[in-house]
Amino acid sequence: MGMTISEKILAKAAGRDRVSAGEIHTVDIDRLMSNDGTTHLTIDMFNTILKKPRIADKDKLVFIIDHNVPADNPKTAAAHKKMRDFAKEHEIAFYEGKGVCHQIMMEEYVRPGELIFGADSHTCTYGALGAFGTGVGNTDFLYAIVTGKSWVMVPHSLRFHLTGRFQEGVYPRDLILTIIGDIGADGATYKVMEFTGDGAKAMSINERMVLTNMAVEAGAKTGIFQPDEKTAEYLAACGREPKYLLESDPDAVYEKEYYYDLSKIRPVVARPDNVDDVVSVDEVKNVIIHQAFIGSCNSGRIEELRTAASILKGHKIHEGVRLLIAPASNTVYLQALQEGLLDIFMDAGAMIMNSNCSVCWGSCQGVIGEGEVLISTGTRNFKGRAGHKDSKVYLASAATVAASAVTGKIGGHR
Amino acid sequence: MKIEGRIWVLGDDIDTDIIIPTEYLALKSIEDMKKFAFSPLRPELAGSIRPGDIIVAGKNFGCGSSREQAPEIIKSLQVSCVIAKSFARIFYRNAINNGLLLIENAQLPDVATEGENITVSIGEFAEYQGVRYELSPLPRNLMEIIEAGGLVAAMRKRNGLE
Repeated sequence: MGMTISEKILAKAAGRDRVSAGEIHTVDIDRLMSNDGTTHLTIDMFNTILKKPRIADKDKLVFIIDHNVPADNPKTAAAHKKMRDFAKEHEIAFYEGKGVCHQIMMEEYVRPGELIFGADSHTCTYGALGAFGTGVGNTDFLYAIVTGKSWVMVPHSLRFHLTGRFQEGVYPRDLILTIIGDIGADGATYKVMEFTGDGAKAMSINERMVLTNMAVEAGAKTGIFQPDEKTAEYLAACGREPKYLLESDPDAVYEKEYYYDLSKIRPVVARPDNVDDVVSVDEVKNVIIHQAFIGSCNSGRIEELRTAASILKGHKIHEGVRLLIAPASNTVYLQALQEGLLDIFMDAGAMIMNSNCSVCWGSCQGVIGEGEVLISTGTRNFKGRAGHKDSKVYLASAATVAASAVTGKIGGHR
Repeated sequence: MKIEGRIWVLGDDIDTDIIIPTEYLALKSIEDMKKFAFSPLRPELAGSIRPGDIIVAGKNFGCGSSREQAPEIIKSLQVSCVIAKSFARIFYRNAINNGLLLIENAQLPDVATEGENITVSIGEFAEYQGVRYELSPLPRNLMEIIEAGGLVAAMRKRNGLE
């Protein structure tokens, strides 16, 4: 019986020839990322409860300040200082204000075949490069930095066969929202969402990230693609080598198979307050919006910024609408600047934010008020996610968000 | 081990932003945060929960972010366990690591009434209104973490701090 790519990565991490779904194994972690959402809590436990134990391997750690950057009040400033000082004392790689943590990890660290833990639920993003990334809480994270190890239950895999190509004006964002709408917010709980097929192979790494990033929104432990030529090109451009180039065996076992013809996907939105409440854009086209946001770990990369610019060019955003755009990293920000995209955004009346989590998580900047409606490329639309408990969040592609910002209502861009 | 508690009923997909909204994460301690638990959905709940109460919810309890404050707050409200149709996986790990007992059961959430009492024999069965509901035991290694009071307590033990 063959193994899936996920089982192969976990087998390597467990130092075994093979593992099977359902088994619990102790594994070595290749990389550990933590951001300012919870790192201060980990440091408190490290210092006060465990009395400053030895770190297993400081070179595996990456600390990234991206959730509340720049600090917006004395409390977050204190949390940042704690993180900054700890990183300096223990010689830990440290980034502040350079971009959204998962984007930085993709640009700087992730290698195919690695097992990566992040103290952030969207660590599942790294499967776009054929790594096994998964989110943990700060206690699991603390255990892993002190021991270099953790335990995992090997998950079952769901396979998504993607065929064909998107029609013009349809994006990976529409596909992943459609999939989550179909299988539900718990449709992949504890499982792996593996994406394959000619439609998957045709996607760029950035496009693959849009799918793997949202795997957790269906409850998955991770999302993953098998490394291929596009993976090799991305790594070469970043100057990195794969750890292991692994592929799923032809006789690997999947719990369930799903088939999606990309040419049949249509622009969709997820309605408040559930990520799996997905309907066509047309069904909500008269909903009045107050704010629009392009950014987060699901978006804000150069492709989305180019798409948004092509729609906003020569237009002004609607009176009464705020459009906030946060490029995913400073690398992306600079590229957008050089391509003239920022000029287009400013001409349209958008606010361009520094690279950070921004509006997506309802803190730091762009928080929405009572009764307000946000359309967003963010990851979640939970009740109160972006601000007041009686505000609403619709999730959509960057194209739909940009078009809606121009008309002031949720609407199509075609 | 047997526990008895008063039931609070919640629905499906109780996410981490409902358990503790982002705006309160900057508060200094779990003690400060806990009065805002579940506030977007039921602002009165945190103030009404008594030690030993039991939360009964639908599917996908704890979905969303990896914020560990979510299970910590439920634990600090002294909820004795959460019974749900299913749990989101990061929340599940975080809860065990903080010594919060989670019980999966498909039937109870459909019949449980708020304010009634339920008795749970851990790993064996739950008894509610004269009916027994079978419960599967947690793996031994996870039960040990819960019994130790969480993963950090287990680590302290291992490192000779306790």
